[in-house]
Amino acid sequence: MPSSPDILQAITPDLIQEHGLSTEEYQRILKWLGREPTITELGIFSVMWSEHCSYKSSRVHLKRLPTHSRRVVQGPGENAGIIDIGDGWACAFKIESHNHPSFIEPFQGAATGVGGILRDIFTMGARPVAIMDSLRFGPITSGADQATIRRNHSILDGVVSGIASYGNCFGVPNVGGETKFEPCYSQNPLVNAFALGLVRRDEIYYARAAGEGNPVIYVGAKTGRDGIHGCTMASEEFSEASEEKRPNVQVGDPFLEKLLLEACLEAMRTGAVVGIQDMGAAGLTCSTCEMGGRGNVGIEIELDRVPQRETGMTPYEIMLSESQERMLLVAEKGREDEVFRVFEKWGLDAVIVGRVTPDSKMRVLEHGRVVAEIPNAALTDDAPLYRRPMERWKPPVEREMPASIRLGQTSDLTANLKRLLASSNICCKRWVHEQYDSMVQINTVQGPGREAGVIRVKGTKRGLAMALDGNGRWCWLDPRLGAMHAVAESARKVACTGATPVAATNCLNFGNPEKPQIMWQFAQVIDGMTRACEELEIPITGGNVSFYNETLGEGIYPTPVVGVVGVIDEVEKTASFEFRGPGRSVVLLRGAEPGDATDAEAEFGSSEYAKEIFGAVWGFPPALELEKEAALQKCIVELIQQGLAESAHDCSDGGLAVALAESAFLNGVGARIELVSSGLAPEFLLFGEDASRILISCAREHVGRIQKLGVECGIAADVLGETVPENIEILVDGRPVVAAAVAELKQAWAGALERALRVEAAEEVAPSVLERS
Amino acid sequence: MKFGVIIFPGSNCDHDAYYTVRAVLEQPVTFLWHESHDLENCDVVIVPGGFAYGDYLRTGAIARFSPVMESVARFAAGGGLVMGICNGFQILCEAGLLPGALLRNAGLKYISKPVQVRVESADTPFTNACRKGEVLTIPIGHMEGNYFCDEPTLQALQREERIVFRYVENPNGSLDNIAGISNPGRNVLGMMPHPERASEALLGSSEGFKVFQSLLGAAVAR
Amino acid sequence: MKAYVYVTLKKTVLDPQGKTIQGALRKLGYKGVDDVRQGKFFEIMLDGGLDRTAAEAEIARIAREVLTNPVIEEFRYSLEE
Repeated sequence: MPSSPDILQAITPDLIQEHGLSTEEYQRILKWLGREPTITELGIFSVMWSEHCSYKSSRVHLKRLPTHSRRVVQGPGENAGIIDIGDGWACAFKIESHNHPSFIEPFQGAATGVGGILRDIFTMGARPVAIMDSLRFGPITSGADQATIRRNHSILDGVVSGIASYGNCFGVPNVGGETKFEPCYSQNPLVNAFALGLVRRDEIYYARAAGEGNPVIYVGAKTGRDGIHGCTMASEEFSEASEEKRPNVQVGDPFLEKLLLEACLEAMRTGAVVGIQDMGAAGLTCSTCEMGGRGNVGIEIELDRVPQRETGMTPYEIMLSESQERMLLVAEKGREDEVFRVFEKWGLDAVIVGRVTPDSKMRVLEHGRVVAEIPNAALTDDAPLYRRPMERWKPPVEREMPASIRLGQTSDLTANLKRLLASSNICCKRWVHEQYDSMVQINTVQGPGREAGVIRVKGTKRGLAMALDGNGRWCWLDPRLGAMHAVAESARKVACTGATPVAATNCLNFGNPEKPQIMWQFAQVIDGMTRACEELEIPITGGNVSFYNETLGEGIYPTPVVGVVGVIDEVEKTASFEFRGPGRSVVLLRGAEPGDATDAEAEFGSSEYAKEIFGAVWGFPPALELEKEAALQKCIVELIQQGLAESAHDCSDGGLAVALAESAFLNGVGARIELVSSGLAPEFLLFGEDASRILISCAREHVGRIQKLGVECGIAADVLGETVPENIEILVDGRPVVAAAVAELKQAWAGALERALRVEAAEEVAPSVLERS
Repeated sequence: MKFGVIIFPGSNCDHDAYYTVRAVLEQPVTFLWHESHDLENCDVVIVPGGFAYGDYLRTGAIARFSPVMESVARFAAGGGLVMGICNGFQILCEAGLLPGALLRNAGLKYISKPVQVRVESADTPFTNACRKGEVLTIPIGHMEGNYFCDEPTLQALQREERIVFRYVENPNGSLDNIAGISNPGRNVLGMMPHPERASEALLGSSEGFKVFQSLLGAAVAR
Repeated sequence: MKAYVYVTLKKTVLDPQGKTIQGALRKLGYKGVDDVRQGKFFEIMLDGGLDRTAAEAEIARIAREVLTNPVIEEFRYSLEE
């Protein structure tokens, strides 16, 4: 029974409301405790029952996702998912959002997002070997007022610098990801950080306390007042006042985290560590009750022993602080010194703050007096669970192509291709990824700007491929189908490197779940994702849900982002997307037959072309036949492993014409292809975004074998033309519709982001010389 | 030929240099801890890339006070081979083993990309496997790679052919396009590009491996 | 006693951050700005074991030997009781 002066603070209805707790939730607290909570306990319940920590609105739906396969070692519920990749190795990976903090303070918000996901990986004993980011911002060229565009520039710049600063210093390569722009992200940018680490199959650590009397050790940075109620903030809509929430944002220290990584992995090697968890959202509170909860034991901590950066901190503040770069670990009793020696070597604080108890409770003491005592179950497994009401919703768009849209007439398709290549969603993202160290650890076989990141696994012949993908606009038009596409496209990108997609992690970014339409979108997305993951045999091993991405009632598109990981047995055989030289055949692998003109018109409204050239959105995302998609992916992996395909490019954003141009850019090798219209407008053929298509190039003599394999897999492999030096030419029914030099198209694509941000392209930086005075 | 790779708190290319020497060059290699004075009879000391001490004061500023750096200074004074890569170059400058300093990139952004560097002097133990004028593609990854020194120092570097590598296209504002320099004795090299990131064809280029091969050649010559 | 140490790039060394800030100020319409130099600022709390003269000497030594790189930077400092 708590007996601190803390209890003197009266728990008023206002206080309960300020903590984001409903009246019913407060009644549950009274029932759990059998008394009024102390202010510290109220704070603890508030953070643990926040949407961010409890998944109270999403849990009932998330259960539907497939989470098992023969490779899955650890599914959802731990710090990260883990899969077996062979040769005694496993990989831990996860994606997590840091959206709200990145809006309030882009640099630190994004940096600590990277820091948090890295800790999730290395607490499992895995050394992080790759990161990627999925970023979404408001418009940076047009489509908003000047003030908004300027602010979007500064958010983009801050987020990218923050990611760079943290990842580069920590020393983990950034191998890919995506950067997209839509007006709905102006007030709610999305920053989803993915990390992947390698661990020996028999050296995995879990966030589980065990062994009565074992010491609980606090390691890493000292606790300050940063980020108090960060996760309740992540569970609220934004208002004008949010800008004043700046003190809530934590500041990251990547150098300290690097030391923490080395020290934690070294401490684990001593064998004296029983369990370990990082202090992320809800800090000391979350790590204490979750580690106890998973191990069916209790943890008692004495706050006087917690290293503190500031003076006069109350129990409430210490328990709720979200200071970064801290870990809680349970060591084997009597072997504490082995752990201490390691942390001392790396110059880090490590102190015993408590012990494991047998009673499945979290007990917090200050000066020896109890200030909080709560059953673990109340904060974890038995936290509130809601089946929130749902209501079918239709986007406010036409489902048919507007009559004002004219196709196949006089438009200059070469000029439109250039416009599309220069559009912010399709243009080269070099300005972003050249700020990230993509080579450190010398494993990077394919870095950013490719279909997927590919790293080798040292000491084996294997490689791992990974890609992030999401399409908010498609999910807005049809959440179920859009989510299926996110899974399919992310997996397709991985398959285009020659790797077999084997598992996935998801980051689900949505608006306010208390709105029935939003909840319906969420449920639809989970349904679509479930279907696609089952059909493509990709279990979801973990992830993160981010609700309340709304400012002043304006929500984002429902934006599920999927990170797929693939395994390639012989990394030497991996393929990339660029044409290697002239004289190769250009072949389109196609899972499904194209639809008729009516389908094409309705689906064209979801394309980048419609958005960019017509400034309009209508219709539906493209149809997707998952069986055909699975067949296509199996086929491309086989073609690459047999050495038949020299390059492979997923046909998606911007359609076939953009895929062709991007394949040409890296080596300046063009192509001449001929298409048959079958009565469709040339815009559909060139820029339509039909699903399940991959553009490959191959030696002419391999065409026969490729087509034979295509037949065996049940997919079409049509020869479109061949690669040529320097030019891109596209003919429809024998009539040229696009003709341009590769260099000319590349110029439109390559510097577009720099031009939008009005920064000089890197090579134009003048050498600084002595200012001779 | 035995190599030593120093580990400072915050080094993050230490394992890369180690791996390249052991697995690609196939030579014995050991890690050297920053708090130790013992260079363990190494023939070559590599000061690796990273963010020693977070680069929080200045790049390399605190690392130079490490016990191991006292030993490295003595080792270099006796003609021992020392190679500083990226952050290692910055540390060697701070420690006074190489002249000048590395400033923030002119574009104020971190730059990570492969660049072309020209070998300006093949007359060093680090470049004897290259031809003078040969162009190598090697990645850079740094925020502070903008080399600076005063005019007399620059003239000395030019006169004594101690500018070992120059960028073909200057990425960071570096004075006289300098990408790497040596000390007067030519036994200490500092370079911003990462040769260990370009030592295997699988990773995109093996042209940086010539730096490691040169060191082997140097040992044979001795 | 408290010491304040200011470190800036030497006048002879180009300061790209300072130049960028200056450019931004001009673009934003602020008037009367001729030059901007940026740098670092250190607040050092002294434990009272040194008298003023000794403290000054020690601070100067710290600034010269650790806080600055004499190739590119210069410093000034002040002490406050």
